[in-house]
Amino acid sequence: MNVALLLGALLAAGCVVLVALPYLREPRPLGDALEEPSELDRRRLELAETRDRALAALKELELDHRTGKVSDDDYRALVGPLRREAAEALRALEPRAGAAARVKAERPG
Amino acid sequence: MPELGRAALVATLGLALYALVAGSVAAWKGRRRLALSAQNALVAAFATSLVASVVLASALVRNDFSFVYAAQHTSRDLPTGYTISAFWGGQEGSLLLWLLILTGYSTAVLLVNRRSARDLVAWVTPVLGAVTVFFAFLVVVVATPFATQAAPPDGNGLNPSLQNPYMMAHPPLLYLGFVGLTVPFAFAMGALLARRTDERWIVATRRWTLVAWTALGVGQLLGSHWAYEEVGWGGYYAWDPVENAALMPWLAATAFLHSVMIQEKRGMLRVWNHLLVVLAFSLSLFGTFLTRSGIVSSIHSFTQSSIGPWFLFFICIVVFGSLALVFARLPLLRSKTRLESLVSREATFLYNNLLLVALTLTILWGVAYPILHEAVVGESRIVGPGYYNFFLRVFGLPLLLLMGIGPLVAWRRASLRSLGLTFAWPAGVALLVGLALLALGAGSSIPGLIAYTFSAFVLASIALEFIRGTRARRSLAGGSWPGAFSALIGRNRRRYGGYVVHAAIVLLAIGVAGSSAYDTVGERRLAAGDTLAVGDYRLTYRGLEEREAANATEVRAVVAVERNGEALGTVEAGKNAYTAERQVSNEVGIRSDLLTGEDLFVIAEQVNADGTVYIRAFVKPLVNLIWLAGLVFVLGALITLWPDAREQRRLALRYEGAEAPVRT
Repeated sequence: MNVALLLGALLAAGCVVLVALPYLREPRPLGDALEEPSELDRRRLELAETRDRALAALKELELDHRTGKVSDDDYRALVGPLRREAAEALRALEPRAGAAARVKAERPG
Repeated sequence: MPELGRAALVATLGLALYALVAGSVAAWKGRRRLALSAQNALVAAFATSLVASVVLASALVRNDFSFVYAAQHTSRDLPTGYTISAFWGGQEGSLLLWLLILTGYSTAVLLVNRRSARDLVAWVTPVLGAVTVFFAFLVVVVATPFATQAAPPDGNGLNPSLQNPYMMAHPPLLYLGFVGLTVPFAFAMGALLARRTDERWIVATRRWTLVAWTALGVGQLLGSHWAYEEVGWGGYYAWDPVENAALMPWLAATAFLHSVMIQEKRGMLRVWNHLLVVLAFSLSLFGTFLTRSGIVSSIHSFTQSSIGPWFLFFICIVVFGSLALVFARLPLLRSKTRLESLVSREATFLYNNLLLVALTLTILWGVAYPILHEAVVGESRIVGPGYYNFFLRVFGLPLLLLMGIGPLVAWRRASLRSLGLTFAWPAGVALLVGLALLALGAGSSIPGLIAYTFSAFVLASIALEFIRGTRARRSLAGGSWPGAFSALIGRNRRRYGGYVVHAAIVLLAIGVAGSSAYDTVGERRLAAGDTLAVGDYRLTYRGLEEREAANATEVRAVVAVERNGEALGTVEAGKNAYTAERQVSNEVGIRSDLLTGEDLFVIAEQVNADGTVYIRAFVKPLVNLIWLAGLVFVLGALITLWPDAREQRRLALRYEGAEAPVRT
């Protein structure tokens, strides 16, 4: 019983310390706000996903074309839009396009 | 030490409640330290659950029968391995295992993701906390494993059916699967709560979902092997409600793993993916409810208990709460891309999803109908294997075919010309195999013949994928064929690991079709010296042998086996009479031919006092392919799960880039 009591007390103390740790480490933090992505961050992430998706699709299309799964005609029809999609996302992610993206993201609708 | 166990569980409940409440406030109000504190509470809940589990395991190993649970599920004669597996042999221990695995998963996913997706993890924490609260509440209030009593001199022992090596791994693996589905559920709900419509939650949970799915799949196969060896009716899957309970979430998770690729590659099916995650998690809860509530009579359901209403209440909250959240976020989840063609890879994935979900819901109805009928009409009804086998053929055979079609069709759209080119070889191989099997007499079972023909098609298309891919890789980078093959898999782990998993499913289909559609059976009462012919085998009963094991008396009928005149040794089948448990179990004799994959399966249905036995013997062609499928399945899952440095870098770039300040 005594051992159980001691172990229980240690366990409880350990749990309290662990739960309180963020406050013990930073009793007076400079900022306590949870980082949340802004609209611009969200837009940038969306573009990054579009870019990755288009680049992965291009890679897959190349492999499918090489393995004969995609005919030359299909390849020609598919590769153009994919390249455009990737290029547009890459352009939008470029530094100078950042402002434009922000304006677009902030514009309602 | 029961006080320590009880205190640890109460602490777990308190910590989970804190994670739920503080986590919700932190996410709602955007408070960083409070969010971290709530996450730490879940980590602490893992520590307290672990302490409670150690206390229970220690009581079991020490034969401390002052613990009611230890007295009910172990005895002094029980071998140590089964004493440990008694941890999950009863309801209270099983629920504690659920809680331990849940808090373990929570700790791991929080520690891995808390720095990279803070706003998402802030919302995931209260969801994980809510699930933890439910299970902690059950083991604290409804079914505590730490009830005590005046210690009796010996315990009741463990149910003999559970005294099998497979039972040491089958339940923990199933629980790793059931509980693991909490992770994608929590992240999917967290993403909706955080209004995040990107793929961060999918990236964060991809491997966890695969781990849970793999564990659930392997757990089911081990359970099938247990049923095959231990239950002794000559089969490995009986469409028992509790077996179905594990199959349903696995099917739903399989659908999710396929459809999530459409979201990643095309940005489509966002709503559908959320619904599949909700379905898979709800079915995992429903599975635990079926196993643990005792609501259905099943060879696997070892309890009659009062936890049923609590489970139903929680399942209702999960289902209606999640659906309401998905509905509320519908405008955010709308996809910008559309299906370009009904003949494309994504379309085959969609057909695959529809078939998987249809099969899942059909099985769910088969499980739920007897329960609902009894609840409403008051009469019990049984939905037999005929119902399930019918729908398995209706939905399963097209699914098998789609596994071969999918890899041959290009993304976005495919022309008839390219389809003709890619389909020619696999279709030719399938046709030849089908005709050859027909000539060999496999036409006695039309579904079996179709399954084999489709299997040949799938295997040919997978082989073609590997050959063409390796050739393309070699033409690009040069080098040796093995090098190109290895590079091909290394650069596309998910794709080629997935094909290996498909090959495992084909092996499973061949094994199931062979052992169920083409098996032979013979049975009769035998006196010493009598023979029984079954298939190519001739069995001669030699007599009974009796011996004492650690906790049981074993009686075995010794049967000499010949095939086409060649002596193959003996098999033994009989009964075990367990002393402490006062129960008798069937012990079957199996002779496996690893070259042909065939089993001779012998059951001693009756062992009579005059020394005669009633023997039933099966010849099960290709049944060992089912177990081989398990190994191939694990190999495929490992290839898919293996870390991919290129992908990690790409994802790091995506999320770091997205979080970087904008330069204008």
